[in-house]
Amino acid sequence: MSVPRFWRELDTRYNLIGSYCKLTKTYHFPRRAFDPEAGRESMGTMEDYQFKGDGEVINSTVVHQSQTGYEMFGPYCMAIIKLDEGPRITSQIVDCDPKTVKPGMKVKAVFRRLGEDSESGILHYGTKFALKEIPVIEEEDESLSNIEL
Amino acid sequence: MRDVSIIGTGITKFGELWDKSLRQLGLETGLAAISDAGITSKDIDALYIGNMAAGSTLQQEHVSALMADYCGLTNNHVPATRVEAASASGGLALRQAYMAIAGGFIDIAVVGGAEKMTDVSDSESSYTVSMGSDEQWESKAGATFASLHAMIAQSHIDEYGTTREQMSAVSEKNHHHASMNPMAQFPFKISSEAVSNSGIVSSPLRMLDCAPNSDGAAAVVLCASEKASKFTKKSIKIIGSGQASDTLSLHHRKFLNRMPAIGVAAKRAFESCGKKPNDLDVIEIHDNFTISEIIALEEIGIFKRGEAGAKILEGETKIGGKIPVNTSGGLKARGHAPGATGIAQVVEIVQQLRGDAGDRQVKNAKIGMVENHGGTAATAVVHILEAE
Repeated sequence: MSVPRFWRELDTRYNLIGSYCKLTKTYHFPRRAFDPEAGRESMGTMEDYQFKGDGEVINSTVVHQSQTGYEMFGPYCMAIIKLDEGPRITSQIVDCDPKTVKPGMKVKAVFRRLGEDSESGILHYGTKFALKEIPVIEEEDESLSNIEL
Repeated sequence: MRDVSIIGTGITKFGELWDKSLRQLGLETGLAAISDAGITSKDIDALYIGNMAAGSTLQQEHVSALMADYCGLTNNHVPATRVEAASASGGLALRQAYMAIAGGFIDIAVVGGAEKMTDVSDSESSYTVSMGSDEQWESKAGATFASLHAMIAQSHIDEYGTTREQMSAVSEKNHHHASMNPMAQFPFKISSEAVSNSGIVSSPLRMLDCAPNSDGAAAVVLCASEKASKFTKKSIKIIGSGQASDTLSLHHRKFLNRMPAIGVAAKRAFESCGKKPNDLDVIEIHDNFTISEIIALEEIGIFKRGEAGAKILEGETKIGGKIPVNTSGGLKARGHAPGATGIAQVVEIVQQLRGDAGDRQVKNAKIGMVENHGGTAATAVVHILEAE
């Protein structure tokens, strides 16, 4: 990703800055110019809002064929997370056994390295999520037991 | 508004076509389509090209002029337009030509779809495909295109109890159909067990749930119906057309296990011709993943929500079943060359309605549907075709 393209979203990526619509009292992530539900009337009523970074897992998957730039993480957990304020976000869930992540689990935002442009390019940092409580693995899930993790 | 008919088709074999360039594929199918239609290049009023990824995979944009030039249409300065909507590029190109003819602006258009996905490495072509979702807030966050569909599948499993066996039945059925299609990339049968035991790509989706990234091209000739008899006796009428969009990111949707844009596009297409789901005799569905075929059939109204998987497993969507789906082999087994896919689907339905589908012919097929979508169904386009 080019430097300006990453740079102009830095506060959104580092600090989870999105928008709050004063008209409809709803939150949006990433930033929006207006609230799609309210339309043009909400233009000018949007203000920056820093999300607290707390949320819960809506759904997740264990990625075995990694996205470009994520090869070193594989297999890793990708999830759709609902932030406590309302908006949803797609993120990797880190610092856990990926197959233990289940819907409803509470997560918190963590600051992590996302990748780099090349060996000599800039490093990309941003927000990922981690489980608030690491589940105790009691028994192997049979459906996954024949897979090399 | 005027009626519009398809008077000619052309298609290449789909697959790893390393000996052929994008322009060669486009020309090959374009020539086949105009020969089939019985027109000459002087009859062509406009050219529409569906192409998703030439900029990413070939470093070539301006595909419209490239195709017009290589197909010898620049002497007459035929207007050429490239249409891009990820994997829905082909279907959307068809709709642009349909509207131009229906609106009376032109009489005859050639609509082609062409894509080269195997000139680059697997990881490059996979990343290119994921550009159909939100590159900044999905792909760059680590989500592969398969992982988004994996969450769609898991959500469908959680809510409706959809099973591994039902998803595998989609692939098994589509390969069975492809075994009768000489243009298919994988013209052979595979067992449901082979699908269920293939390697995990992104849980719960396995390798044989996923369509390949292929090379291929397809073309059709569209003509104002009032002038079609001048060229051919076996024209197929486009009786319905609908298009819809949705949020680019999956996470912004209320339900992960639905693809509402497909339902809305289908409803608009049905309304434009006064037909209903049970009027259809044959359907081509955009099965980029097995779960997509299950959900699309539910969105279109062929089956109730949560019931498509069981009906597919019972064989209702096989040739000879109640409503045959993806007689070409679908994206899974005919192959998936993004810009070409939407047109290849139309070619299959035209062959079925003409009675030219050979071993995979659906008996007495009179009305067919084509459902083509891009990304995680952020763009959906549906056409309904009828034998004249």
